[in-house]
Parts: sequence; structure tokens; C-alpha cells
Amino acid sequence: SQPEGKGSGALEVKFVPDEEVLKHIADGAGIKVRKDKTQLTVSVKRFVKKLENISDDEAQEILEEKNYVAALGICAQDPVGNGSSVSGGEVYSFQTPKRSSKMAELAAELAQTPGQSVAPDHSECPEKTAKTPQSSNMFLLLMHVFSLQLQSKKKEYVATTPYRLRKRLAAPDPYLESESEYSASCSEEEDEEDQKEVSTVLSGRKTPAKTKALSTPPPRNTLAKKIKEDKMSNLVEEYFEAHSSSKVLTSDRTLQKLRKRRLNQQTLHDILKKAPLAYAAEIKELNQQHESLFSKWMLQLHLGFNIVLYGLGSKRDLLEKFRTSVLQDSVHLVVNGYFPSITVRSILNSITEEVLDHIGTFRSPLDQLEFIIKRFKEDSSLELYVLIHNLDSQMLRGERSQQILAQLSSLPSIYLIASIDHINAPLMWDQAKLSLYNWLWYETTTFSPYVEETSYENSLLVQQSGSLALSSLTHVLRSLTLNARGIFRLLAQYQLENKDNPSYPGLSFQDFYQQCREAFLVNSDLTLRAQLTEFRDHKLIRTKRGADGVEYLLIPVDDSTLTDFLEKEDEDV
Amino acid sequence: MESDQIRNRGVNVTDHDLTFRSLSEVLQNNITPYIALLEAKDCPGIKNLMQKLMGQLMNCYVDVDSLEDEDYVQVSQNRIRCSMTSLTNWYETVTKKTDSETPSKKRTSSSRDWQSPPVVVIFKDMESFTTKVLQDFIVISSQHIRELPLVLIFGIATSPMIIHSLLPHSVSSLLCIELFQSLSCKEHLSTIIDKLLLTAQFPFKLGEKVLQVLINIFLYHDLSVQNFIKGFQLCIVEHFYSQPLSVLCCQPVDAKKRVNSLSHDQCENIRKLPSFRRYVESQVSEKQIALLTADNFLKEITQKLLEDLRVYHENYVSVLRCLHVFTSSLPKYPLGKQIRELHCACLENRVWETEEYESSLQLARMLNKSDLVTMLQQCVEIFVSSSGNEFDKTVEKLKEFLTQFQKLEAEAFQERDVSVSSQKELQKKTDLYHLQKTLLELKESRRSKKLTKFEMLRFEVVDYIDSLVRNYLVPADHKTLHEIAYFNTASVLRGHLNAAPRIALHTALNNPYCYLKNQALKSDGGRISNKAPDICIVYKLHLECGRLINLVDWLEAFSTVVMAVEGPNADAASSDQVDDIIHARFIRAVSELELLGFIKPSKRKTDHVARLTWGGC
Repeated sequence: SQPEGKGSGALEVKFVPDEEVLKHIADGAGIKVRKDKTQLTVSVKRFVKKLENISDDEAQEILEEKNYVAALGICAQDPVGNGSSVSGGEVYSFQTPKRSSKMAELAAELAQTPGQSVAPDHSECPEKTAKTPQSSNMFLLLMHVFSLQLQSKKKEYVATTPYRLRKRLAAPDPYLESESEYSASCSEEEDEEDQKEVSTVLSGRKTPAKTKALSTPPPRNTLAKKIKEDKMSNLVEEYFEAHSSSKVLTSDRTLQKLRKRRLNQQTLHDILKKAPLAYAAEIKELNQQHESLFSKWMLQLHLGFNIVLYGLGSKRDLLEKFRTSVLQDSVHLVVNGYFPSITVRSILNSITEEVLDHIGTFRSPLDQLEFIIKRFKEDSSLELYVLIHNLDSQMLRGERSQQILAQLSSLPSIYLIASIDHINAPLMWDQAKLSLYNWLWYETTTFSPYVEETSYENSLLVQQSGSLALSSLTHVLRSLTLNARGIFRLLAQYQLENKDNPSYPGLSFQDFYQQCREAFLVNSDLTLRAQLTEFRDHKLIRTKRGADGVEYLLIPVDDSTLTDFLEKEDEDV
Repeated sequence: MESDQIRNRGVNVTDHDLTFRSLSEVLQNNITPYIALLEAKDCPGIKNLMQKLMGQLMNCYVDVDSLEDEDYVQVSQNRIRCSMTSLTNWYETVTKKTDSETPSKKRTSSSRDWQSPPVVVIFKDMESFTTKVLQDFIVISSQHIRELPLVLIFGIATSPMIIHSLLPHSVSSLLCIELFQSLSCKEHLSTIIDKLLLTAQFPFKLGEKVLQVLINIFLYHDLSVQNFIKGFQLCIVEHFYSQPLSVLCCQPVDAKKRVNSLSHDQCENIRKLPSFRRYVESQVSEKQIALLTADNFLKEITQKLLEDLRVYHENYVSVLRCLHVFTSSLPKYPLGKQIRELHCACLENRVWETEEYESSLQLARMLNKSDLVTMLQQCVEIFVSSSGNEFDKTVEKLKEFLTQFQKLEAEAFQERDVSVSSQKELQKKTDLYHLQKTLLELKESRRSKKLTKFEMLRFEVVDYIDSLVRNYLVPADHKTLHEIAYFNTASVLRGHLNAAPRIALHTALNNPYCYLKNQALKSDGGRISNKAPDICIVYKLHLECGRLINLVDWLEAFSTVVMAVEGPNADAASSDQVDDIIHARFIRAVSELELLGFIKPSKRKTDHVARLTWGGC
């Protein structure tokens, strides 16, 4: 039931994923209709068989996995009733080809889930196939081949938004002259109930009805085997399909074209504060569950284990609560791992300086660590609780940092309790580190928003305010000479003029020198170079060598910030 | 010539630290105070190696008698030029000094055994060292061997052949190699299980599931005995923390006192135990009432039951070992090769009802005599050495079997004579008719199969062992009050030791109802309700995308969903504000996904992010 291109030369279904094929129920069969009429029944049969047995097959696979899992001795359910029922195959899988319109479809689908009285804004005709009477099946199959073809063709040259795409598809087309019957049947059926069913087409629950009409399934075991093979080859094909082209099909819309202004960190924070937190009661209940474990954590910390918390949601408040309720009277150190400039060195420094009252510096973190270990071993009355929020943060996840922290945590009188969030966080640790850490894992899913943790995250395009970059720009430039500011202005203006050129490499040094001379800003190429070095030291500019060996200068700040900066400069002058 | 040892270590890394530390301790106490332990990661070059080596050696010297020699301490090791000459000089002064001192002052008197104690250098992970560094070190030190007796110990994880591929012949010929193999970690595990679990010495026991989890973590994940011990420790903590009746899990002497001082609430706790309830139900009604109402009577019975439980343990261990003697030598090991497997099988359910047990009995009925006799002798030894006193009869019985076997041997001699004579008879008669007749007779007799005496006896022995098993190897959870001594919450253990953070995230994102028990979140199958937390919706939407995600499309899809939820009650006037809020919520959710590692900003296209995961999580 894979898209087959060879039989029909005109047909090219390059970017159509398997799910879609399943969704448009009998596409594969449809292609065969055109090839050979006698094959129709056979292929349709097989297809239906497959659909019907998907659930069986999956169930069996899950069963097999369960067996394996049971063999590992981890079949017992958690008291909280989570996690363990999910098999690994669901969590880790290959990349599969996706359509660009999928997301919008899902959104529409989610928006229309029962209970919501929202009128559907566009029809989901293709998915209706399953509901249409069996007699018209063959015709519909043909229809879908065309629509598929259309869709794929369009995708090749225009990357439109899903909505537009759909409109075009719905519009009358010379190929689909006799469409009236089809579209009528689907628009008439468009009632609430139908909408509900749309999403279940995939699940194959509807197929039994069809099976009756078409065929009886052959013996089960051979079928299961065949399907397994089918599935396997599907997987392989999907994999290569997904990796075959480096071209990514997404729409070209950008946030700038959106009439909405960008939010900066502060307003974002304010707005979110105003918005009510969903499910506050349930989240509170979850937190209370976790809080009841505090005394157990204390016991286990003292018995030489260290504790690591994982699960969705910010664990900062939980750890804070732990700190305030249990650790009030003991020496403790809180490390905000999510802070962008935290280093192991600063952690070690605060231990030596504030906990051990040691004045002096160390040649390397390893020396410092040795010193700490020695002190803690000498004085058994010393005790230290270390709380690390986000042990897996960008700054702490390095091998060396983890090694040092692990060694620190292996001291019997240092009690470490840390939280991790990144999905790949456990990969930081090899066996040696794990045994040093001596972790006890606690699942503490809190669903609380990561307010603090994400507040430093200005890398993502969405909320980049640029206020930090702007202020640093103005700050640095204010301390420079008038000429230097002029030089920088020139560069900034030139960059803004070229902002619509996506392949703008930067201003070449020679051109820049020419311009500066014309503006009477420098008198020799040496003075300009000296000035540029200063800029570079302050990270105001970046130089890059082009393919032709020419040096290009760039300001590594985004355009809007630069515009703001220039406006501000104009005001000052 | 330098003498060199090679230790073969196998794969598990975590325990090696411990092994080497204890090795160097042993060496330090018995042979020489001069020991250096080197790791590949500290020694990228020969210079670092020398630095490290001298640092450790001289430090250790300073530690030995720092009190007497203050000025020696002042020579800090990083000032000394790190060369072999300075090392030999140091060694000379050190040995001279110790020689001149009175021997009584020395900490290790046994180092006198050597004329001058050697310097031992341990290379913890030989494979990870750069070959150049190793070669250089060996060549250099071989030139100083007269002044500096050096013993190198290499830790090797792969095969000893590696030394020849790492070092060229010219270098390896400088070494005098001797190979030592350390015990495999599985043997260590067996020892620990033997000493900790299969003994009646300790009141605390592991339940079947828990033991299974621990063993599986060991076998499938890390092969680390240290981690196994850690797991065991955790079991103890959990048991005494979570089971209120674990106060009674103590030595029998204390148990009696503690039972007597139980409070009413604690008695109620006992009554609540499922195993105790089963016990009560099996009693006559008057006794039932007494058990459920009178605390004193309950205490009395509890004492008795605890004693029963203790006796059960003692017997269990001996019979288990005895059974293991039989099953461990059967072909294909239907009940497992290791005693721990047998132990698990017996804990799980009635072992005599399993197919494996049935087949092993079948096989045991086919054992030959010499094997059977040695096994019986082993069993006798086990029972004699066991602390339980119920086994006097058993020992007697087994000894009786042994004597019968001896008798059989004597008889067998005679029988053989008889059969030989009959054979001769057969040979005499060459008549075809008679031959046929005798052969038929022989065949007949074989079919009716009169059992020989040996076979009868063998059946008897096997049946006797079977009866022992049925008597003593009852699974622990069939015993009353087993909850007091057995820790059986495997899920807790697994959650803490072998956690699956990705699966937890997956569940939280795909099915928030698991955590947030709100009816609005309840959804059928794999679908998600549109009222789910923002991050779940954003996550679900992003699953539908390829490698790159357009933020605008994403935002639009998100607001479609969110608007549908809030749609009816949001009026037009405040829509702009609502828009902002949705925008902000979207930003938050997306940056949370970034923090969790699902996406990262991409420079390939404006306002796009790249997906980092495939599949459900």
C-alpha cells in the first residue's frame, strides 16, 4: 500500500507519507484500479485486511514488548500509575516524513473535539471516504489519486500555508468534473458526530464493516507474519523517504509579517502573570504528594544516597520548599544551574569561600576539589547540603563539570539533591559517574511552568527582546570616542540597508575603509584596524573571511535591535 | 628486568576503583609503602605521567614519617625536576634512611622481607594509555632498574594479547610478564547472594520480585556488584521506612521482647496484614474471635508465628542448597545453573508445580550411580552443617540411602557374573529357532521392565528429595507474617534505581490525565483533550512537523486550539488582549519545549525552529 510511482508515469507522490495514505483510505488500491481492473479486488482485500489487523498486530507487539519488559522484572505498575505502561518503541522511533499541513489539521481537529460548539471552518473532505457508501468507493479512490497528485505537484513549487492549499484543493478542477456528487455527499454529512469520527479513521476501528462486504480474512498467523514484514518494510521506506531530501517544506511566513508586536521579557512576564494557571488545584495536589516525601529524602540523603528529580514541570519551587521547610538550620548551598553564567568554578568557590571560610585562590578546579575533599574528610562535623536546580543546564552538562560535581557528591558529608529536565540528561553520565553520584531517582512531575528556568533563555527567536544587547551596545559605545562611534554607525547603517538581502556577507574591509575615509573618520588603514580590534574585543563586531579571502565585518545583533540603537543614537545627537 | 603483572578485569568499570584501591592497600600493608596508582586520563604525556608518579610516591613517603622529617616536606613535588634521575635519587635517600633507622620505627615491618622494598606502579586502564607514553616509560625505567626496583601492574579489560599489540616486541621483551585473572563479577554476585540472602543469619529478606529486579539490573545494565549492594541497601531503607511492622524484623531474642511491648495500634496493623487474615480465616471461629479481639492472645500467636517463620528460613536454605546440588548438574539446567535462579523460582510460586521442576525430576531419575552418590554425600554435608535441628532424620535417611547404594554395588558384582554366564549360554546355542526364542524372551522381559534394584532405589531417592522440597520450599508469601521480614515492593525499587525519565515526560505530555486528575483531561486512546496544559498542546502539534517548524504556523495552530476552548466566552472587545495572552502562553510553552530539548532555534530559515526528536517523545 505504498505510493507506487512506476505503474502510472504521471503520478508522482513524492512527499506523501504513509499516514496520509492510510487516511485517504484506499489510495494504493486506487492506483491499482487504473493499472489493472482484475487486481482491484485483491488489492483492496489486502488493504482492508491490513487495516483490520493493525490493531491486532499492534496489540501483539505490545504484548511481546511487555513480555520482554516483564523479563526485565519491571512489569509491576507504579503506585502513581504512570510511565511504566509506555513501551520504548513508542518513545524512541525514527523520523518519518511529514506534511506541512498536518499541524493545522490536528489543530482544527483538536479545536473541534466534542463539547465545543465551534463551527468547522473548512471541510475535511478527504477523510470522509470511510463514511461514504461502499458503492461509490471505486470512484472515490480515483478521486483521491487525483487530489493527491494535485497536492504533491503544488507542494513542489509553492510552499503555501495549509489553509490556502486546502482551499485550492476544494476548488473545482477540470480533472474532477463529476465532483458534485462527491462533494455533496461529504458536505451533507458534515455534522457534529462526523467530526468526531474523523480522527478515528486511522485507528482502523471502522474496517470490520467493510471487511464483511469485501472478503473474509485468511488464517491469522500467516497474516500476522505478512503484516509484520509489511510494517518493517514500511518503516524502512519511511525512513529513507524522510532522509532522502534535505529540502524542508514549510511555509515562508515570518513573525515580522504578523501584525503583532514582539513581546519583550518584561511584558511577557507580566502577561503570563495575569493569565490564570490552568489546573492549579491538581498541580497543588501533585506538589503535596511530592512534599510528603521530604522526610524520606532527608533520611536517604543521610544514608549516602543523592537524589535526582525528574519529570515534566519546574521543580524549582519544590526544591525551594524542601529547603525552607527542612534545611533551615543546616548549611546549604543553592545552585541555580539554569543561570547562563554559572560555572563549576563558581560553585567550588562558594564552597571554599563561604562554607570553608578559605581565603585564597587555586590553580585549577581540580586542586580546589582536592582541597575541599581533604577538608571534608578531616573534619567529620562538616556537613553541606547542595541543591542544584537543573544539573543538566548548558553550563554544567560538560564532562569535566559533571566529573567534578560527581566527585563532590560522593563525599559522605555532602548531600546533593538536584533536578534534571532535558530529555537526554541521563546521557551525561557514564557508569563511573553514576556510581559516584549514587543517585536515587524520584519522579516529580509538577506541571508547573518553568518561569525562572526559561527567563534567561533569550536564544529563541520568539521572545528575543534585544534589550540586553541594546543596552550593552549603547553602554560600550558611550565610552568610545566620537570617531569610533561614527565608524560603528557607518557599519550599522550599511548592514541595515542590506537587511533584505539574505546572502549579505557583511561589509568588506576595503569598502569600509573607503567609506570611513570619505566621512573623515580615519586617516589610515591602521587606525581603522586598531578601532576594529577594540570593537572585536567588546564583541560588537564579528569578522568573517569570505570565499575570496576578503575580510567581511558584521554586527552580530538582529536588525530590529540595530534599528532601535540607531534611533536612540539619533536622539542623543 | 622489571617484573610486571597483568590483571584481567572484564567490563564493569564501577567496581574496579574498589578492586584497585583494596589491592593497593594490601600491597601497602604487606609489601611496600611505595605505590602509585595511575589513570590514563591523568597521563596524556610522559611528562604528566612522571609528574603524577613522583607526586604520589613522594607524597606517600611524606605521609609515612612526616613527623620526623620536616624539611623534606618543604621540597614540594612540583619543584623537583621530574626525571628518572631525581626519582632514583629520591629512592636511594629513602631506602638509605629507612635502613639506618631502627626497624621498629617503620610502619610496615613486612617490607623488611625485601632487601629494599620495590616501587609499585599500577596502571589502572592500560588500553586507554597512549602507546607512546607506555613505551617510553617502560624503556626509560628499564635503564634504571638496577637503582630502582620497579613492579608494574597493568589493568586490562580485554584480552592479555593486547599487551603485544600495544607494545612492540623490543619493549615487551623488557618486561617479565605474569598474568593474573581477577574473579568475574558474576562470581562476586554469587558470593554476596550466598552470604547475604541464603542464610538464616539476617532477619531481613528480599521478596521474589525485588530480587529479580536487582539481579536484572545487574545482568542487563551494569554488571556492578557495588550497585547491587546499593540496591540492597535501598531495600533495607525502604522496608524499615515504609513497613510499620518492620520493628519485628530483628533477631529472635529481641523479637520476643518487642512483640510483648506492641501497642494496640501495632496489633491492629498485624491484623491488617493479608497473610495474617488468611491465617485467621483458616482457624476455628472461637480462635478467630480471640485473635481479632484479644491483644495478648494475638501477641502470643505472633511470637509463635515469628518463630515458625524463622525455622522455615533455616530449613528453606538447607533444602534449597540440597535441591541445587541436584538441579545444577542436570543437562540443560531446567531450573537454572545458579542457586539464585533456583531461589527466585522457589520464591515465585510452588516450585513443584512448575514444568521445569517436573522435567528436572525426570532427568534426576536418569542420573547414574556415582553422580547420585556424590550428590547424596553433598546433601548430607549440607544438612549436617545446617543450624536447623529438624534434619537429624533426614540425614539418617540419606545415609541409609548411601549404604544401600554400597550394598547394591556388591550385589552388582554377583549379578554381572550371572548375566555373563547367561550370555555364554546364548553363545553356545547356535540353533536359529532357539536363538529367536531367547531373543523374544529377552525382549519381552525388557518390555515389562522389571526395575532393577538400583532403579528402584534411585526412584526412592528422587521421591524423597521431592518430598523434602514439598515440605520445606513453600514460597515465602504463603507464610503467615511474611510481610514483616520480606521486602516486596519492586516498583519502588525500580523507580528509584532504574528510572525512565523520558517515559515520564512522554506520559506527562501525551496523557496529562495520568498526573492531573481532572475529568476535563480524560481522553480516549492516544488522543489528547484540547483543554490540556499549553505545553501538551504545543507538543502534540509539533509532533506533526518535519525537521523544521515554522513558528507562525505553529502559533496559529496553537491559537486555533486555545481559541476553540475559550471561544464562546471571549468577547470581541478584549480579543486583542486575549491574543496577547495566547501569544505569551505560546512563547512560554515553546521555550519550555526548548528547555526540555525537543526543539532548538534554527538559522536555516527565519522564524523556524528545528526538531530534535522523532517518535513520541
